[in-house]
Amino acid sequence: MDQVGSSGSRRITYDARGLAEPHAEVPKVSEIDAGRAVFDAAKLTTRQINLELRWLIYEQGVRDVTVLNPGAKHSIGVGILQRCKIRFAGSLGYFGLGVIDGPEVIIEGRVGWSVCENMMSGVVVIEKNAGSLTGAAIRGGDLVIKGSVGARTGVDQKGATILVGGDAGAVTGFMMQRGRIVICGNAGPSLGDSMYDGTIYVGGRVASLGIDCIEGEWTDADTEFIDRKFRIYGMDKPSSFQKFVCGKQLYNYDNLEPAERKLVL
Amino acid sequence: MCGIAGIIHRNQTSDVGTEMTAMLQSMKHRGPDSTGYALFGEPTGRTLIRFKLADANDPRDFDFRARLQRNRARVEARLREIGASIDRIDAETEYAFRAVVRYNGDLKTLADYLEDIPGCEVLSLGTSLEIVKDLGDANEVASQYELRGFQGTHAIGHVRMATESDVDISGAHPYWAYPFADVAVVHNGQLTNYFQWRRRLERSGHRFQSECDSEIIAVYLAEKMANGSGLKDAMEESLDELDGVFTYMAVTKDSLGVAKDEMAAKPLVLYESDDMVVMASEEIAIRAVLDREIDTSDPYERQVLVWTR
Repeated sequence: MDQVGSSGSRRITYDARGLAEPHAEVPKVSEIDAGRAVFDAAKLTTRQINLELRWLIYEQGVRDVTVLNPGAKHSIGVGILQRCKIRFAGSLGYFGLGVIDGPEVIIEGRVGWSVCENMMSGVVVIEKNAGSLTGAAIRGGDLVIKGSVGARTGVDQKGATILVGGDAGAVTGFMMQRGRIVICGNAGPSLGDSMYDGTIYVGGRVASLGIDCIEGEWTDADTEFIDRKFRIYGMDKPSSFQKFVCGKQLYNYDNLEPAERKLVL
Repeated sequence: MCGIAGIIHRNQTSDVGTEMTAMLQSMKHRGPDSTGYALFGEPTGRTLIRFKLADANDPRDFDFRARLQRNRARVEARLREIGASIDRIDAETEYAFRAVVRYNGDLKTLADYLEDIPGCEVLSLGTSLEIVKDLGDANEVASQYELRGFQGTHAIGHVRMATESDVDISGAHPYWAYPFADVAVVHNGQLTNYFQWRRRLERSGHRFQSECDSEIIAVYLAEKMANGSGLKDAMEESLDELDGVFTYMAVTKDSLGVAKDEMAAKPLVLYESDDMVVMASEEIAIRAVLDREIDTSDPYERQVLVWTR
């Protein structure tokens, strides 16, 4: 199947499994200078941008990349497993920076849905807003959004710190299991619904708490953590935070692993 | 999945045909089945009727063309019979037509009388609303119906990935709010109390041309407005009365509105400036008309926003 891609009239081809551009080649359009590289993504397809990034980081040993005009394209910068710096001078679309492990990324625009899904480590700083499902199943690192986020931020979060400068939408921290979410503004309905563990800090108003999410006791460790994170990212801190944790009323586990249980039964 | 897009120019008219085509084409991956437009040109003082006499994928039997000819003649005859004087009727494709008439009577009577002709469906009716929808992507539909260069004030559009009903023109968005002039809706999502609402609305005399759940939103809103609600009030009530996941956009003669369900389950990206409001399921569609760095935001759950020119 052929179809015209979003980047102008360029034709994007798909293979039998539906994978885009199976035969795409590295465009090699970057200007590389003393370990730093910069390239313009305006005329490149998603796959070409990702191939260029991989080529620079893995093959050319570049550790500082600037991407100009990312143009809100989807699935940019996914699966980079190397410590390096990447700067996007613009906005990303959906599924940006998924499953990354190590990079330090600055996005000067905004991002769409599902940024940093399953991120393992590193730092991602987004200067403007983010869409829904930000940091879904994130496991490690810091994800900083200076603007507001949509709904379901940190769903299934298994680690990491998500820091939101503005407001957050509905069902933030749904089923989160570890890690921390810090929201400077207001939080939408059903905050921390069915969370297992982890901590949510909210600077503004909370529309409503989700099932089994309760207010937690503030400790010195919380103060230290909040102060440290705001210092690192140079953000304005609200005067006070409320802290929310799991009420553990839904903990109905037995002690047996599924395999053991099978033996017993 | 489906993709929706909307644009309104606050102070001037613009080539909304080209703008909407660029937006919808950039979201083709969200729905390759069919593409639809609801475009508002400058009001002409005439009544504009967009209608089709067959569907794009109807079987071309031996009588197909002759039947279309006969039915087109019947449309003209019935228009005259009901007191409409015809300025012109143009064939946009072999089965889709655009009529400009002078008519002061009841629109429901007009629509019902035309739709009584076998195969006839009134796609839109109003003084400035024109709904164009067909199978294929935005470029194909825009070329087929010559939409590039369409001067207007506001528009909504839809690319469809059919999940709830057939791939045909009747199942494509936008939906005209039969039988109310100049109201149309596009929808991304699924409604779960579709049949309840369909039965209620059918009891109060509305007709439905498709099995598509989105069709009830248009009629639902129009009925509320006919009973005296404003567009915004009607949309706010819909948040409690329609069940399911949705982001939908509604247009009237002078306004454009959007509503999100209480889970914010379906995407929407919004760009607002003094001159215009542009919104779409994906930012990439907004970039198709504004090729520069812009500030956009995602509206939250249960938000209803309406812009009026």
